[in-house]
Amino acid sequence: MSDLVDVSLIVNGSEVSHRVPARTTLADFLRQTLELTGTHTGCEMGVCGACLVVLDGQVVHACLSFAVQASGSAVETVEGLTERAVIADLQEAFHQRNALQCGFCTPGMLMTAYSLLSQPGVPSREDIRDALSGNYCRCTGYEAIVDAIETTARNRAAGGDAAAREEIDA
Amino acid sequence: MTAITALDRPNSYIGRSVPRPNAKRLLAGRGRYVTDIVLPRMLHGAYVRSPYAHARIVAINADEARAAPGVRLVAIGEDLAKLCTPWVGTMDHFKGMKSPPQLPLPIDKVVWAGQAVVAVVADTRALAEDAAELVAIEFDELPAVVDIDAARGPDAPVISPELGSNLCFHGKIDTGGVEDVFAGAAHVVEEEFLFGRHTAVTMEPRAIIADYDASEPKLTVHHATQTPYQFQDIYARHYGIPEACVRVIAPDIGGSFGMKLHMYHEDMAVVGLSIMLERPVKYVADRMESFVSDIHARDHRVRARMAADADGNILAMDVEDVTGIGAFSAYPRTSVVEGNQVYRLMGAPYTFKNYRADLQVVFQNKVQMSQYRAVGHPVACTVTERLVDMIAAKTSRDVFDIRSGNLIPDDAYPCASPTGYKFESLSHHACLAKIRALMDYDGLRAEQAALRKQGIHRGIGIASFVEITNPSPAFYGVGGVRISSQDGAIIKITPSGDVRCLISITELGQGTETIVGQIVAEHLGVDRERIKVITGDTETTPHGGATYACRGAGIGGETALQAAKKLKANVLAVAAAILQDEPDRLDMEAGWIVDAASRQQRIELAEIARIAYFRSDTLPPGTQSQLSVAHHYAPEGYPFAFTNGVQACHLELDVETGFVKLLKMWVVEDCGRVINPLLVDEQIRGGVVQGLGAAFFEECTYGDSGQLTNGSLAD
Ligand code: FES
Ligand code: FES
Repeated sequence: MSDLVDVSLIVNGSEVSHRVPARTTLADFLRQTLELTGTHTGCEMGVCGACLVVLDGQVVHACLSFAVQASGSAVETVEGLTERAVIADLQEAFHQRNALQCGFCTPGMLMTAYSLLSQPGVPSREDIRDALSGNYCRCTGYEAIVDAIETTARNRAAGGDAAAREEIDA
Repeated sequence: MTAITALDRPNSYIGRSVPRPNAKRLLAGRGRYVTDIVLPRMLHGAYVRSPYAHARIVAINADEARAAPGVRLVAIGEDLAKLCTPWVGTMDHFKGMKSPPQLPLPIDKVVWAGQAVVAVVADTRALAEDAAELVAIEFDELPAVVDIDAARGPDAPVISPELGSNLCFHGKIDTGGVEDVFAGAAHVVEEEFLFGRHTAVTMEPRAIIADYDASEPKLTVHHATQTPYQFQDIYARHYGIPEACVRVIAPDIGGSFGMKLHMYHEDMAVVGLSIMLERPVKYVADRMESFVSDIHARDHRVRARMAADADGNILAMDVEDVTGIGAFSAYPRTSVVEGNQVYRLMGAPYTFKNYRADLQVVFQNKVQMSQYRAVGHPVACTVTERLVDMIAAKTSRDVFDIRSGNLIPDDAYPCASPTGYKFESLSHHACLAKIRALMDYDGLRAEQAALRKQGIHRGIGIASFVEITNPSPAFYGVGGVRISSQDGAIIKITPSGDVRCLISITELGQGTETIVGQIVAEHLGVDRERIKVITGDTETTPHGGATYACRGAGIGGETALQAAKKLKANVLAVAAAILQDEPDRLDMEAGWIVDAASRQQRIELAEIARIAYFRSDTLPPGTQSQLSVAHHYAPEGYPFAFTNGVQACHLELDVETGFVKLLKMWVVEDCGRVINPLLVDEQIRGGVVQGLGAAFFEECTYGDSGQLTNGSLAD
């Protein structure tokens, strides 16, 4: 039941190779084997969205696939997106708007937002809420998360002074 | 906004919407939750749980599990009972309250479905779970006590026979005269209310790592909790380890909402397992385990009556509340607090004087019930406000009108509720007026009437409430429970003129560290960026109550404020010695000592620190610089700082399908001086959304045999 398998894939731009029990999920592989603890697990059944990662360009639940299934693929986690600075404006908007409290759901939220904002066009608030329907947050009222994503979408569309900050009404 | 305001002074941070410095780390995926922590030689625990709600443990056979790959220990109730003394979740001022003693793992019987019975520790969680499946437990099933009425019936099986009945606590309040008032009242309304069980569902489940080192001895516990000092005390006392040798660290916490401040059997067991193995042992509840082992809340059946005169003036309330709490009272905060707050908060916003209530707190074979966000408030508020609306309907009065006629006048304070709560100063009428304008009540009513003609059904509801915050020692302390109502802070100036503040309130993402930074910066006169706030470690911070019951800003914030003032006085004393001036002619601003009158910069704080730490020889003889202060603060006088507010809701009902569409919610809350509006708004929004979840969607449902029937996030 704990047969070992070879898993080789590209994670955040670097090739990694490990021998792990076949039943290791991609989420556990990232968190435990690679110590990339930015990916969280809140339900381990594909419901809460805390474990979302980018797998070959698609946002997927890392809790629902085995690491071995991702062999040969390219995975990007919140750590990778942060290092590449491709979500720096989104993170800044979350920060300014305080779109997080405990932060446990946040990497998953960022993944969903990253994927939504990678599509053409400026999403409406309705589109943003739709996209977030698989991301649970127990702390915030979601409103600030929607605000932060909307601000980022608008700023990007406006020619993206990525660092443009939303004024906060004191 | 270009006008110069008080907020434009240097270091004026209080009242400002500044973002949280520590949120950047979380946004980068660099949070450090207990679930993320790995220690050298760390092992992993898993539990074998009871499938029955009530059963005798006849035999346990763990031989196969002990021989399974990677298994280091299989422990049963007796093993842990040798190390850990039992605990009883009672509090002295709940007269007559009783509860059976608890051990980490049960010895002879299980009392709820999902109770942990056997612990398995192995090299990985997966191996521990594999081995747990090999443990064979023979149970002799007993009749399960599930229903709150059946539990109190004469023939009910008694869960803990030594207690004599399934009644944990019976409380009564009676101001007298209630029968007469009801007999003579023009209007009496009456209803029965059922409140199902809710649970916190924090996104990060419960998580703990205990690390016992026998050589010192030293117990270090990394614990996803909001109250590390409480657990330091508990682990020390029940495992007989000197308190100074017990360290509890609460790093980033993935949500808590009151759920992570109770003693859980599995968590207590992990400490014992680590002592037995002398290695770190980690346990993280998975989502299914969370549903069957995290505390639940609510579970009340309230029957209530309200009497009013012909004009709709409320005269009296008569309330009976029965609440089911599981098979024992939670430790150390008990499972009576919620019922107590339900029957004392009833009618709290209103002026009536005659009140009678009966509270029965009942044992049953379900998971333990205890404090979760807004303890008792939703129950008391729902009952009261529904009855007020029924009186309004009977007397043909508008819902605002009936409230303004009955709410305690804003100039009537101090005063007390008929249930014994003392109110220092509330503002129901100001809040009511504000929300009425905010929501354009008259406009909404006109729109509602117009739409109704087109067959569109819109509803408008309002609810006034009183909120319990900032408990004083009159609560836990006087009740004999070792939970502090004071907090402590240590603030120190570093040699380069930076500031570190170590404080006993804890950060759960609500912004504790941010507001403490704002307060210290403003009162010390330094820039916020130079202040580092440290929380969540019993080894470095002073002992305190930490975070519960909305006390972080009220008590912790005041502690920080007083500590900052004390430190400032110390700094100015050294500065005065160096500058050959009087301390009271100096002040601090933006990290400089300035002339108090002219605001001219005299000497930098960093220079004071340099001299104090490295060149004390150049100070006048007898000058001993005190650039660190430790300070404690406990509230005095009123047992609680009550606050108040009002909420309004606008929704549309599809009368064919029953589908409700929420159109808007408004909240006016008198929370006192707002330190950071950005954070307060976010807290309120989060609270409203969690409340909507409870009102519309959430309930932990049980079958007749005491099985939780919807224990996953997909149900
Ligand atoms: S952990 Fe993967 S969706 Fe919840
Ligand atoms: S911020 Fe805590 S769950 Fe979303």
